[in-house]
Amino acid sequence: MSAQPKLKKVFDRPQCLKDVPYHYCPGCHHGVIHRLLAEQIDNFGLRGKTLGAASVGCSVLIYDYFDVDIVEAPHGRAAAVATGLKRARPDSFVFTYQGDGDLAAIGTAEIVHAANRGENITVVFVNNAVFGMTGGQMAPTTLEGQVTTTSPYGRSAAEAGLPIRVTEMLSTLEGTAYAARVAVDNIKNLKKAKAALKRAVTYQQKGWGFSFVEFLSSCPTNWKMTPEEANARVGKEMADYFPLGVYKDVRAN
Amino acid sequence: MARRVMIKGNEAIAMGAIEAGCRYYFGYPITPQNDIPEYMSAAMPKVGGAFVQAESEVAAINMLLGAAATGARVMTSSSSPGISLKQEGISYLAGSQIPGVIVNMSRSGPGLGGIHPSQGDYFQATRGGGHGDYRTLVLAPSTAQENYDLTMDAFDLADKYRNPVMVLGDALIGQIKEPVELKPYRKKPKPKDWALTGAEGREARLLKSLFLADGELTVHNWMLAKKYKRMQKEVRYEFYRAEDAKMMLVAFGSVGRILKTSVDILRDKGKKVGLLRPITLYPFPDKAIQEAAAKSKLLAVMELNTGQMVEDVKLAAECACPVEFYGRPPGSIPTPDELAKEAMKIWRKGGLK
Repeated sequence: MSAQPKLKKVFDRPQCLKDVPYHYCPGCHHGVIHRLLAEQIDNFGLRGKTLGAASVGCSVLIYDYFDVDIVEAPHGRAAAVATGLKRARPDSFVFTYQGDGDLAAIGTAEIVHAANRGENITVVFVNNAVFGMTGGQMAPTTLEGQVTTTSPYGRSAAEAGLPIRVTEMLSTLEGTAYAARVAVDNIKNLKKAKAALKRAVTYQQKGWGFSFVEFLSSCPTNWKMTPEEANARVGKEMADYFPLGVYKDVRAN
Repeated sequence: MARRVMIKGNEAIAMGAIEAGCRYYFGYPITPQNDIPEYMSAAMPKVGGAFVQAESEVAAINMLLGAAATGARVMTSSSSPGISLKQEGISYLAGSQIPGVIVNMSRSGPGLGGIHPSQGDYFQATRGGGHGDYRTLVLAPSTAQENYDLTMDAFDLADKYRNPVMVLGDALIGQIKEPVELKPYRKKPKPKDWALTGAEGREARLLKSLFLADGELTVHNWMLAKKYKRMQKEVRYEFYRAEDAKMMLVAFGSVGRILKTSVDILRDKGKKVGLLRPITLYPFPDKAIQEAAAKSKLLAVMELNTGQMVEDVKLAAECACPVEFYGRPPGSIPTPDELAKEAMKIWRKGGLK
């Protein structure tokens, strides 16, 4: 036998992620966000007690990637479905994974009231300022002036109002225990995103209440940009209007 | 011996549900079914379950979807306008094959309508109600006792077929107060090998209604269609003084109940009138209708609407005998005498003696 150099494994696929290629477009941030969430499920050893609520949009297919029990929620209803999951199995780790079309438009009632009840669940909210799966229509989070397929002249504040800042809105509710907005456009932000998710999972594990992490995400296809341009837009235009940071951490010392 | 109590129809629903093992209830206030969420809000914590007053009917049915996905027995209840809002969730339950019990103590419509008893939701209940090609099993109680008994059965049927089951009453059936024998539930529900309980030591499970791959949805819909065919054997109905009936009245729920007295009145006058009361509205008792059509000279359908179930009766009767209809839009509850008079009009029109 020839001598093999001893290599230490320093990076691997999280165990609760399946070994399959993502269907997401080049430059989309869903893949990275999936990985970050999967890392925390592994980190806390939760694969065997995780119940996920998939939502409608590009990420409806999370069950193709996450090797955990998942139920598909109707459009916007993931927070209500997760309420049912958690009430029936309080010892489970329950998460939702929702886009901005889902959570910030048709699902506003469900997310506001799940937060206000202080449901002990973790919500991963991916905000790419557009309805992705349906082909790039205007979302409640679409930036002013942004051209989409249903705002061909740019989003008009007079007609469509200004984008909703969901994390700030939910932070005003007493039931929200943890709320943060993060991004994965560079390594520094990615580390903060990782920390936020870890904190959010900790909240649920300790029974501290509703935890919410908003990810600013790119959508090169519907933004009609290259992956690099789209990534840069997240850190500039997006983060200008949607400031990154921890908005609520009621157990912070 | 089972305990006998004097309770409201709505309370009988709640008590039957708890007896059958329902531990999670999600609802939203709407008249005339508020006794159900009120009862459940007090009872659920005592039996180790949970009650959530949802922000909307839409949220309530989706909370049911989540809790039922874990294999628990779960119920929601509402009344007509609220049931319209729940249709999205009912369609997803059917598509994802998640069992659940939905109670509709229906009121009058369309729109906000009123809070009178009405059978205007027959079409909505028996045709699926939401989008897509699916059916819900529909049970139509006519007494508080049946509310109790059929609600217990509803949970068994939902689990057996992994399908939403609707209990369709109306304001009369929900609000009436009468004696109910609290029969104990003795069945042992089977373990659910599809339920989401966390994938510890096994492969991950998935409950969904999205099928994008080529041909996948066709297979899924055929599988559901075969299931609905298997459900046909759950058909239930009651014949009342029907043996030699020349005219068979056909009615469900509250009207079916009132018509029993009407039949007695007409029999006292020597008129050979009977009653066929469908208890399952889906599956519909086609064979019983055919049997009645073959034996009687006339079928007379009576409903608290302007004509819904009569269409199913006509389809089932296949022109074996004439099918007449008396309908009453919501506003007041007909008395047995009034309905006996209407029955006699049909009797005479049909040339019966």
